[in-house]
Amino acid sequence: MTHRQLAPGIVPGRLPAETIACNFADVLAPLDPHEARVAADRCYFCHDAPCITACPTSIDIPLFIRQIATGTPDAAARTIWDQNILGGMCARVCPTETLCEEACVREAAEGKPVEIGRLQRFATDGAMAKGHPYTRAPVTGRKVAVVGAGPAGLACAHRLAMLGHDVVVYDQRPKPGGLNEYGIAAYKATDGFAQAEVDWLLAIGGIDLRLGQALGRDFSLADLRATHDAVFLGIGLPGVNALGIPGEGLAGVHDAVDFIAELRQADLSTLPIGRDVVVIGGGMTAVDAAVQSKLLGAENVTLVYRRGRDRMSASGYEQDHAAQAGVKLVFNAVPLQVLGQGRAEAVEFAYAVDGVPGPETFLLKADQVFKAIGQRLVGVPADVARDGAKLAPQPLPGVWAGGDCTGGGEDLTVTAVAQGRDAAHAIHTALMGA
Amino acid sequence: MANLTSDFIGIKSPNPFWLASAPPTDKKYNVERAFQAGWGGVVWKTLGSEGPPIVNVNGPRYGAVWGADRRLLGLNNIELITDRPLEINLREIKEVKRKWRDRALVISLMVPCDEESWKDILTRIEDTEADGVELNFGCPHGMAERGMGSAVGQVPEYIEMVTRWVKKYSRMPCIVKLTPNVTSILPPAIAAHRGGADAVSLINTIKSITNVDLDNFSPFPMIDGQGSHGGYCGPAVKPIALNMVGEIARHSETRGLPISGIGGVTTWRDAAEFLAMGAGNVQVCTAAMTYGFKIVQEMISGLSQYLDDKGMALSDLVGRAVPNFVEWQDLNLNYVTKARIDQDACIKCGRCFAACEDTSHQAIFMHPGRVFEVNDAECVACNLCVDVCPVEDCITMVELPKGTVDPRTGKVVGDYANWTTHPNNPSARAAE
Ligand SMILES: Cc1cc2nc3c(=O)[nH]c(=O)nc-3n(C[C@H](O)[C@H](O)[C@H](O)COP(=O)(O)OP(=O)(O)OC[C@H]3O[C@@H](n4cnc5c(N)ncnc54)[C@H](O)[C@@H]3O)c2cc1C
Ligand SMILES: Cc1cc2nc3c(=O)[nH]c(=O)nc-3n(C[C@H](O)[C@H](O)[C@H](O)COP(=O)(O)O)c2cc1C
Ligand code: SF4
Ligand code: SF4
Ligand code: SF4
Repeated sequence: MTHRQLAPGIVPGRLPAETIACNFADVLAPLDPHEARVAADRCYFCHDAPCITACPTSIDIPLFIRQIATGTPDAAARTIWDQNILGGMCARVCPTETLCEEACVREAAEGKPVEIGRLQRFATDGAMAKGHPYTRAPVTGRKVAVVGAGPAGLACAHRLAMLGHDVVVYDQRPKPGGLNEYGIAAYKATDGFAQAEVDWLLAIGGIDLRLGQALGRDFSLADLRATHDAVFLGIGLPGVNALGIPGEGLAGVHDAVDFIAELRQADLSTLPIGRDVVVIGGGMTAVDAAVQSKLLGAENVTLVYRRGRDRMSASGYEQDHAAQAGVKLVFNAVPLQVLGQGRAEAVEFAYAVDGVPGPETFLLKADQVFKAIGQRLVGVPADVARDGAKLAPQPLPGVWAGGDCTGGGEDLTVTAVAQGRDAAHAIHTALMGA
Repeated sequence: MANLTSDFIGIKSPNPFWLASAPPTDKKYNVERAFQAGWGGVVWKTLGSEGPPIVNVNGPRYGAVWGADRRLLGLNNIELITDRPLEINLREIKEVKRKWRDRALVISLMVPCDEESWKDILTRIEDTEADGVELNFGCPHGMAERGMGSAVGQVPEYIEMVTRWVKKYSRMPCIVKLTPNVTSILPPAIAAHRGGADAVSLINTIKSITNVDLDNFSPFPMIDGQGSHGGYCGPAVKPIALNMVGEIARHSETRGLPISGIGGVTTWRDAAEFLAMGAGNVQVCTAAMTYGFKIVQEMISGLSQYLDDKGMALSDLVGRAVPNFVEWQDLNLNYVTKARIDQDACIKCGRCFAACEDTSHQAIFMHPGRVFEVNDAECVACNLCVDVCPVEDCITMVELPKGTVDPRTGKVVGDYANWTTHPNNPSARAAE
């Protein structure tokens, strides 16, 4: 087996299948009932709790934890879902260390916050197994189009359906879920959780899901506006940024998001990976690409970021997770070119000060290079209202937008859910009057 | 290491920590292990009369109340007195006492309320060489229905009568164990004193139902779908016990009567508090049942460190707080304090704010950035914020010096003055 691990080039099966399966198991095991009780007991039930303020969806955290502590975790799940219908996924993927748990007063007190994320998972996992708890308001006869079945679109669609509207959700991909299905690190959402959660969410009824349908290809925004009472755009950031350096087109150079999307759908034991992998970028995508390369068996994985550690958008926790997985983190270095005969062999970098390259350079061996330097908005008409490079919350009359495709808030699952939910209420108010 | 040697009504023990009459002192096996662990003495599980032994229920006999992290705060039981044959208990008591001469061994007794029964049991225990007897007038369940235990303890005349019998038929030191299931602890204590008791011990358990099974609609512990009240003990009953101990210690008719303090003693600190409140020693049950015999080692090290730190002997501590245990009307109404929040220690949970704003005196400001500050103009010094703050010593009470103006009342803080002379007191005015 060892010689397989050291095979040159981009090959599958660097590690035994069982090792790979083990590497991609649940990164944080679920709490058992006893652990949940103990963890819940630590919550102080704060007044106007800072954790609630820090949660983009404003989940009533002290209330749901008290419901767990008093032996009613299903009620806790309702408290969570009332604010965040994807509370199950958020419990797994939220960078809680920069959100609710960072704000938790017990972080200030002892450096050990209440384990809000894991408690949230405990409550939602248990209640999800019992079916979908919400019912729809009397049907209003209004019809809303939602483009994008990612967190923003799904949260919007669910809330609209709950309020009694009929919803049609369009997505260009073959499966719903957006980056929950195609982006999130595999070890954060194991056992097909993304699809299970979508199925559970759709059980409310009134949501017509149409997959393989692309805005701009199969229909236009004008079509949607003509045939629906309102439109919600939750299309994420489908475009990827290019490095714009020589050698970028060589074989072995990929967009990290494409690699991850493939990984999320693949049989991991047969997914090819390089021996020497270089990841360029400093966000969650870069970290996830690097860590998962390592878990697949790449010998050397180096993550290179153009600025200092403190400027990385991946949290300290994510950075530690990468380092722990064996990823080497290099800061303050900018790629100059990818070198190789027909296919990538190495990347040349210059040491940089605050992203500006200086004279000194170095080479990193690389048979596979992942670019993770950001995504951007594509596929929307030019004449819509914008917020910088992204969409405004209401790009056109009768059209709302939310999630990664809009400005405001961080590009996180939980932010997308909050914006989708809020857009649903804005749409409801516009359609029904305040 | 302070000297913890204790002499309680002539009964000597290496320390003032005794195990109370209960499951931990049920048999030779337990008691020897307790002595090995370091306990100074035991009061053997209550013996009944000669004859077929008592029977216990065969389902659960304990209920509980928990705090955070499932910490046991209160325990309730429906166990009766010993269910082992009298002869076996007597033989074991004798064996243990012979082997452990330096430890205190007291026999707890409960027999029917007639002179013959008491005379008989006292003769039977004569040659065990035990150090004394404790009369169980406390058990509030089961035995009380049969005219024993708290059924006796609730009638001062019976207490006095039985105590006299015991003093008549036995030369052993006699401790009367009191029940808290009375409106005032004083009449029973006075009665014991009159009957010639060498000491009282208190409290026995408090009538209680810890919880109701919400599926079967029965009090718990549930026996085949039904429950009866039990006796409550553990940390939760300590405040009730401390008050009763203090009342006996300070009352003119019982002052000086030795007291063995019982009820929720869990740490050395609890024990020290009972001693300060007038108890000559303490007895422990629930803490041992919760954590095992080993806790006595913390009690020994803790109490001796405390005495060393204070430069006090054990006897100096006993009763030290009694003179300061006064009536409400004696309290100084010119003692004015204000809550102070230590901003560095504050973790900004806002519990003080919620408590004061919703249920006290709206005396805490919540400033931007979750900065909490006490408004002296409203603070009545109730102490609720101190009690709900999760950080110890984060909120403290600061005394306003004499001569300063209390911003709440606009009045200058004056000399000691209590209710008896207060202008709002109708009796005070009448006395003028
Ligand atoms: C690799 C990676 C890892 C991440 N890890 C985390 C994490 O751990 N925690 C976290 O909180 N966030 C994470 N994020 C961010 C998070 O996934 C996003 O913020 C979130 O998914 C945004 O939701 P969305 O609904 O706005 O967009 P998306 O999830 O991108 O969904 C958009 C949907 O719109 C569809 N679509 C796009 N264009 C069209 C079109 N023209 N026609 C029809 N359909 C279209 C897409 O197919 C997609 O299904 C990660 C992102 C990436 C890329
Ligand atoms: C600070 C305080 C003051 C109280 N004052 C009164 C009172 O004036 N009258 C009364 O009937 N009960 C009073 N009580 C008792 C409560 O009404 C209640 O019976 C008792 O606290 C037990 O209930 P709980 O422990 O569930 O709160 C008071 C309780 C507290 C804590
Ligand atoms: S901040 Fe922490 S302790 Fe306070 S309510 Fe939130 S989770 Fe509980
Ligand atoms: S002592 Fe009482 S009144 Fe004063 S701030 Fe605290 S809770 Fe409020
Ligand atoms: S209860 Fe204590 S820690 Fe919490 S805000 Fe008030 S002073 Fe600060």
